[in-house]
Formats: sequence, C-alpha cells, structure tokens
Amino acid sequence: MSEIPHLLVHEHADNVGVVVVEGLTAGTDMLCCVTHDNSTFRLTAGADVPIGHKIALKDLATGDTAMKYGEDIGKIIADIPKGGHVHTHNCKTKRW
Amino acid sequence: MTQLSNMTVMGYRRENGRVGVRNHVIILPVDDISNAACEAVANNVKGTMALPHAYGRLQFGEDLELHFRTMIGTGANPNVAAVVVIGIEPGWTKRIADGIRETGKPVAEFSIEQNGDFETIRAASWAAKAFVHQTSEYQREECSINELWISTKCGESDTTTGLGSCPTVGNMYDKLLPEGITGFFGETSEITGAEHICQKRAINEEVGERWYKMWKAYQDDVIFAHQTDDLSDSQPTKGNIEGGLTTIEEKALGNLEKIGRTSQYIDILEPAEMPKSGKGLYFMDSSSAAAECVTLMAAGGAVIHTFPTGQGNVVGNPIVPVIKITANPRTVRTMSEHVDVDVSGILRREMTIDEAGDELIEMIRRTANGRATAAEALGHREFSMTKLYRSA
Repeated sequence: MSEIPHLLVHEHADNVGVVVVEGLTAGTDMLCCVTHDNSTFRLTAGADVPIGHKIALKDLATGDTAMKYGEDIGKIIADIPKGGHVHTHNCKTKRW
Repeated sequence: MTQLSNMTVMGYRRENGRVGVRNHVIILPVDDISNAACEAVANNVKGTMALPHAYGRLQFGEDLELHFRTMIGTGANPNVAAVVVIGIEPGWTKRIADGIRETGKPVAEFSIEQNGDFETIRAASWAAKAFVHQTSEYQREECSINELWISTKCGESDTTTGLGSCPTVGNMYDKLLPEGITGFFGETSEITGAEHICQKRAINEEVGERWYKMWKAYQDDVIFAHQTDDLSDSQPTKGNIEGGLTTIEEKALGNLEKIGRTSQYIDILEPAEMPKSGKGLYFMDSSSAAAECVTLMAAGGAVIHTFPTGQGNVVGNPIVPVIKITANPRTVRTMSEHVDVDVSGILRREMTIDEAGDELIEMIRRTANGRATAAEALGHREFSMTKLYRSA
C-alpha cells in the first residue's frame, strides 16, 4: 500500500474503526483498511480524533451494539453520526 | 518451520535439566522484615541481587500457600543459578529453602532470631560470595529453542495492541508452540468480554469447562463481592481509555490476540503454579496488574516474558527478561528507550503479522543468548507478590 492508512478496521462486520495516525483532523478524507483482507475504502473524519481512538463507520443510534473484531464490544448510549468519535461518552460496556 | 526446528539458543542447563537464559544469584527474603538483611548481603557481594517484597508474616490458608509457591518458584526458576534465603525464623525459611533445593541448585538458608542482622548478614555474605564464585564459572551451552518456557501478558493496552503487538505474540506462539515450547498466558479479569472465545480455545471441553469455572469464580467471589459501583474506572484503566479502549469487551478481545489463531491451552494453573502436563500452552489464573502477573509467571517457571504494550508500560522483572513490543507509533516516538521490538509498521501496512512474529522470535533468540532487554538496561526489577486476603 503506497499511501499510509488513517483508519484500520478489523473485520467487515465491524461498525467502528481505529485511528492509526497522530493529529487526525475533522474533514480528513481518510484511507481506511480492513485488516482481515487488506481491502480499502474512504471515509471523511467527522471530528479531530486522537491516535488509537475509534470512529463510527456508519450512523449509530442509542441502543445499537458496537462491533469490533466482528464481536460485540458494548452498547451505544448516544447517537453517533458516520465519521464521529466513538468512546466512553457514547459507548459503554454491557458487563458492569 | 524447519528453520525454527533447528533454532538453538545459548542457555544455562540447570541441575534438573531445565534451561535458563540468565545466571542470577538471588538473596531471597522469606518475609518483609528480612528485606534489610538481604539488601545488606546484596550490597556486600557484587553479582548478587536482593528481591525485597512486602509480605510473608501471619499469612494463612490458600494465601500462605501462594506465598510459599511464589517464593519457591522464584528460587527454582532456571534463570536463577543459586539462592541465599533469609527469614526472621528458621521454620518457614527452611520450608522455602528445601522447596528450592529440589531443583538441585545451590541453596543456603539463614534466620535472624538469636543471631541479629549483623551475624546473619556476615554468615549469609560468605555463602553468597561462594555462590558468586561457583556460578560465575557456569558456561552457556547450545539448547534447542523448544526448551524455553515463554510467558506473555500485555500492559497499558490500547487499540494498537489488539491490531499489532498482541497478534505479534500470537503469531510467535502459533509458530513456537508446535515446536515444543511451553507457554503461559493469563490475566483472568481481562478476559471478561471474550470468555466465550477463550473457553473454546481449550484443547478439549473438559479443560474449557474448568477454565470457565475459574473465570466465573473470580467474577462472583472477587469482582461482584468487592465492587463499589462498577469497574469502569479500573477495567479498562485510565491509560487504556486514554489510548482509545472504551470497554472491557474491547480490551479482552485485543488481549486474547496474544494466543494467535491456532494455539490451544492444554491446562489451567493456579497463580505461581509450575506446569505439570507437559509441553504446551497454559492459562495461569492471575491478576492483570503487570508486575504481579509477570512475577507469578516467573514463579511458574517462565524464563522469557513477551510484553505487548500500547501506551507504554515500563515493567520489568528481577529474574526474567521482559521483551517489550509496541505497535503504537506515538509510544515509539516518545518512549523508545522502553521498546525492544517496534511493530508500528503493522499499522502503516508496511509489515505483516507474520513478519512481526518472525522479528519477535529473533528477539527472543537474541534475548535468550544474553542480549539485555530495555527493562533490564533501565533497572526495572518489579517483584510484586500477589496477596489473596488480609493476614491474621
């Protein structure tokens, strides 16, 4: 891959991806890569998101399940637009 | 795979046949009040190392058994050539010294009551000096890579550990376990959210069921019995959250990447328990706190620890070299003195997991041959005993 990806997604079933570059700013036309098969797509970042933090791959509504590794990683507790920052303010464990 | 089958390292063959990669003479306190004497001996005799810790008095029951197991296991570890044991009284001192003696390595024991620190330090220093002369003449010899016992536990995880550094360790296990190494993973509380997957990675249903019962007992007896509101401030940790991990499920799924795609665990170990079911991968019931977990696995007999980190955990261990692996480019940029294997190329898609696994195996080989890890060079010697409950 000649261009370095901005966002990595584990599996096609996932609805969130991980920012893997420092200093990502809102409006960036991100190169996104699904690590499962190295397929790529593009997505516009909706916010300044730090490295390691997650971005929604589609509109997520309260009550939805966040999917990563193709698995359930918690519940969405506030609506998140496609491209938005997903973290503790809008996503919570189902365990405790 | 033939390349790996022929891989050898230069290790120390111990009296009981096990292979060590370091040649430490340790001064081991039985209890907290013997730390000062141990430190004095280590100061007198260069080439020895005291392992001070906080416990060993008025413990009882399962907690006391764990204390003995950790002490004996630490002394018995093949990275340790010889041991001086010092305790306040002779009873427990002898029990620990005798436990270590079963390996056949040189052990001397001293107790402080009716001698005082001065007389104990004098006598123990003579023994320690004799051990340094004896063991400093031990030579490394060629040993197969499959004789290594390799543990793993990750720390200050973030989303990059699940993408890069943990799968790197998993790839190493997928390649080296079939060669016949012995492996350890654990971190009971941190599997929460991926327990359904972990249970299925057992060699058979019976082991998987025992694993699930162990995991569930920790949930019920410890977490739900002691929580004040929820664990959201502890699991994930503040560092994990800063690094982008949102929930324990997400953290657990990344954590479990450390056992790769094909590796299966063959048995479950109590904390600090030595494997007895032959070569293969073991799950050790253990804390997810870095220093405690590495200490328990070292007491179980691991001679090299592989430690994936995202945000930059700096932990080391006094007797086991801890190899740090990170995929986080910010951590490589800001904390490079702590990094042994930089796999940030995985995030840039410049490096595959397979290539990263090979780099880790190469670093394991070099570390086994004597290369000092970052943690060793920086003097990280965290020795943290796990305690199950309040002493009497």
